[in-house]
Parts: sequence; structure tokens; C-alpha cells
Amino acid sequence: MNILLNYERNGDSHTLKSYLKRDGYKSLSQLKKYQPAEVLEEVKRSGIRGRGGAGFPAGLKWSFLPKHTEKPIYLICNGDEGEPGTFKDRVILEENPHMLIEGIIFSSYAINAAHAYIYIRGEYGFAVRRVQAAVKEAYDAGYLGKPVKGTKYTCDITVHQGAGAYVVGDETGLMNSIEGKKGQTRNKPPFPAIEGLYGCPTIINNVETLASVPYIIENGGANYAKLGTEKSTGTKLLSISGHVRKPGVYEVVMGYPFMKFLNEYCGGVLGGRKLKAVIPGGSSTPVLRPEDCENMTLDYESISAAGSSLGSGAIMIIAEGTCMVKTLKVLTHFYHHESCGQCTPCREGTGWLNKIVGRIEAGQGTMDDLDLLTSITKHIAMHTICPLGDAACGPVDSFVKKFRDEFVAHIELKKCPYNSTFTRLQERV
Amino acid sequence: MSTTPTPFAANATDYKIPDKVMSKINEIASQYPEKNSAMLPALHLIQDEFGWIPPSAVRQLADALDTTPNKVYAVVSFYTMFNQAPVGKYHIQVCRNVSCSLLGSKHIVDHLTSKLGIQPGQTTENKKFTLSLVECLGACGTAPVMMINDTYYENLTSGKVDEILNTLA
Repeated sequence: MNILLNYERNGDSHTLKSYLKRDGYKSLSQLKKYQPAEVLEEVKRSGIRGRGGAGFPAGLKWSFLPKHTEKPIYLICNGDEGEPGTFKDRVILEENPHMLIEGIIFSSYAINAAHAYIYIRGEYGFAVRRVQAAVKEAYDAGYLGKPVKGTKYTCDITVHQGAGAYVVGDETGLMNSIEGKKGQTRNKPPFPAIEGLYGCPTIINNVETLASVPYIIENGGANYAKLGTEKSTGTKLLSISGHVRKPGVYEVVMGYPFMKFLNEYCGGVLGGRKLKAVIPGGSSTPVLRPEDCENMTLDYESISAAGSSLGSGAIMIIAEGTCMVKTLKVLTHFYHHESCGQCTPCREGTGWLNKIVGRIEAGQGTMDDLDLLTSITKHIAMHTICPLGDAACGPVDSFVKKFRDEFVAHIELKKCPYNSTFTRLQERV
Repeated sequence: MSTTPTPFAANATDYKIPDKVMSKINEIASQYPEKNSAMLPALHLIQDEFGWIPPSAVRQLADALDTTPNKVYAVVSFYTMFNQAPVGKYHIQVCRNVSCSLLGSKHIVDHLTSKLGIQPGQTTENKKFTLSLVECLGACGTAPVMMINDTYYENLTSGKVDEILNTLA
């Protein structure tokens, strides 16, 4: 079922013309029938959980705004998409920007925000230009910048381009970034709903979450909630990559069996090799072994029962024959590089994690290093302002736990038992 | 070969932000509740102009946004996309994260290294190419991936890299 990818990928789905042909902006003409609180209620009823990774119920988040405030309220659309393995928001931004804009108008109305910001990661220059063009079309057509037909409500949107920083994906880091500062995160409380962008009440939602809102309004929150499972409603965009035959972005109804998805949608493991490991929700979610995934379904509850998390829906497939220590080294390097330097446990800890995993991979590790890694993660996790520290620990703890034999082999053999470079697998269909 | 960035070197050449760019920066600044929000858009415009962020431009931007050069420089050095030293005409950035690694980004880097005669972090003597390794570019489904200036090149093989390099004058 396609809610977000409801178009032919023929190269013009990003235009207003194509969106109107798909009945786009149709529900917006019904806005006059709703009070803001009613839109909020529908979204609450839909049960949609934040698609950026944390999975916090969107409607509940909106209800944290102060009931009475003199200050303006802002809506921010988080398109910083930086979690390794994730490339699903890019598809909405590049191919279906008007659905996002319509979702932003509804959401802004619901929370009484007159101005929304779409923050897009700096590297997505093409997506930035596509969204800017779509915003311009929406202004020209009178959906933005003028009162929505039959109401007194006017919405404005500004597109803001980032400049390369993973930590900005955190909501408070992103607000600092829009304010023109280093993208370091802020202590909570105060939460953004009380004191966010420019010190004003702010709601920040992921691209995919906001793009789902037009469907929710048109079909009703209760109908959206009928899709998926009890605690994971609706559809989810999955970006699957790595050793898989047909990588890409797929939309599935939550609760779909993982192995069926891998084999039927995605053509199975590349080169017909055996599955070795799965990172199910982006680089910071714990790695799983094939046996953990056998009965797993694609929803928040099932993946968490399997010992990991749905996260941003970024699945990375790792085939037999891949060195897991080397794979972890890529990730520890990443988190060390992206640590913003604000909190000592993360700034120093990610450096040590990277150094120690590096020396194990180079055949210079000792058995004590394995305990040392676990001890360092214990000192990082939950001791930092933002979740980047915790994100760095997820892979380290899980790789060491689930593939301990490989770490031990590196230490005992004093070298990598695998071919020292990653092998290129072809045979893509 | 490029050298370590020395952002406030005394002998740094003066670069003047052209009036046209400056008025664009002021226009952007006026559209936000706080002027300082024009920081990233302005730095993107400056980099489009010079290919990097020269120290003299940092000082001019600080004046334009009513802030201090060290606050501008803090931003420049925080975000990876801003070049603190000049780069070649073509800035090649190869993704080194998981999905690209699994599909052989190392081979792409090795190929570029031998073809261009430079290591990651360096610029060719004719100032045409700079090679960098970067973190996830968000194009994992079409790995391995590289970015040249602001264009993505996906599903790379060494043959495809050769074809791409041949098109760059």
C-alpha cells in the first residue's frame, strides 16, 4: 500500500501539476471545516509515531505546547537525515515535496504556527532545489502566503539548508543551526515545545511524519490507525541497503514480516550469499543475527522484542564473509567524527571506542580490550546531553556481544581472519 | 598539495565579498526573526563565490550579521561542508560509511588515489582535483557513492569513475 509513494516514478512527480492530478491539496479545501484542535485530535487518533527514529507519538508531542502563549509558535520539518543507512526522506523531498508542504500546512494549523521551517541536510543540494521550487509553486498557487480558502489561516514556509553535521539531526541541535550557531544540542528541559527556536514554543517533526498528515486528515485518524499493528500504525518507508539485491526505498504497512520483505521485495541477499547480520533501523540500532530476525516483523514492538529498534527504518544487510570488526570500525570512526565535543563522555569516549576497535581490527588487541569497550560504553550511555553518545554505544555493545567470536579471533590470530578489504559484490539486478 | 588550514594567517590574501552577494546576504538576513539565522545561507553563498571560506570573508560576514569573527569561525569549523582552505576546481568526496564500504568504496578511493596521484585530503598540483573521504551522504541504496562539488554520482565502479573524470574539463 502506497500512501507516501503514491506516484509513478516517471520524473515529474515533484511538480504541482502531478500532485494535483493525484488529488493533492484536495483535503486542504476542507480545512475550513476543522478547528485546529480537531486536526490535532485526528493526528492523535491516527497513532502515528515520529518517523525520524525515536518513535514518539506525534499527536502527543503537539499537545505539549502551552495552551496560552504570547510568543509565536514555530513548526520545523526535520530533513537533516544523517543516520547512516537512511535515505528515505530524500525520496519524499525530491519526488513528492507537495505532499510534505500540504502536511506542513495542516500541522502548522493544528498547532497555531504561522511559520514553518524545512531544514534539509546540506549535502542534499538537489533536494533543496526541488523543495524550494515546490514551495514557490505553492506560493504562486496561493496555498502558502495567503489565507487558506474559507479560513483566516495563513502559512509561510522557509527552506533552510544545513552544512554537514550529524548531530544537527537532534531537534535542539537543529534549532541552534537555524539560529546560525554551531549545531550543538541543548539541555532539556526546557523542552522545545516550551522554549525552542528563538526561545519560542516549537514543534519539530520528521519529513515522513509530516508527509503522512494529508492522508490522515483525508481518511481520518481512525482509518489510518487500522493499518499496521496496535502500537505501530500506518505505513513506514524503509530504506534498505548493503548486501541486498534490490536496495532502495520501499513503503510497507507496519507489521510486515521482515524475512518476507527481504526476500520478496528486495530480492534477498546479494550474490545469493547467506545472511550474516542485519542492522534494522539505522547505524545506531543494535545489530541482529539472522536467527533474531526469523520471526521478526517490521514494527516498533517486534524489532524491539528482537533486541533492536525500528529507528528510522534504515535496514543494512550484511552477507556472510564480511568482517564484523571492520564494519564496527567504520561506525566507531563515524561517531567519533560526529561527536560535537560538548560532553566529555561522548567526546573522549567515542575516540577511545574508535581507537580500541581499530587496534583489535589491526590484530593488536588484547582480551582485556573487550571488557574495556563495554566499560567505556557504560560511561557514555545516558551521561550526555543528546542521544549521540547512546547512539555510539548501541553498535559497539551489540557487535561485541553478538559476534564476540570474531573479536576473539582477531585478538588470538593477531590479524583479521578475513580478506583485509571489503569485497565488492556485484550481480545487482 | 594542500596544507593544514590556517584560518587567521596574517598573510592571508584579502577576499572581498562582492556587493551583489552582500546584498543577497542582507536580504536573507531580513527574512528571519534574527539576523544571525542568515549564517549558513551566507556561508554557502561565500563558498559558491570563492570555493572556500577565506578569513577576510569571515570578518566581513561577522560585521554584516552584527556578530564576532570567532562566532562565524566557530560555525565554519563545525560544519564539514565549509572548506577552511582552498580546494581544487572539482572537490571529490567519497562516502566511507557502512553501505558504501560493504560495496567497495575502498576500491573507488584506491582507484581515484592512483589515477589522480593524491591521497585523501590532498589537492592535485594543477589545483583541479581535491579528494576527500566523507561520512554517510544519504544515498546508501545506490552505493558506492561520491559527490563532486554538489552533484551525486551513484552506483560507482572504477570504469564509471573513469568516465566521470573524463567529462570534467
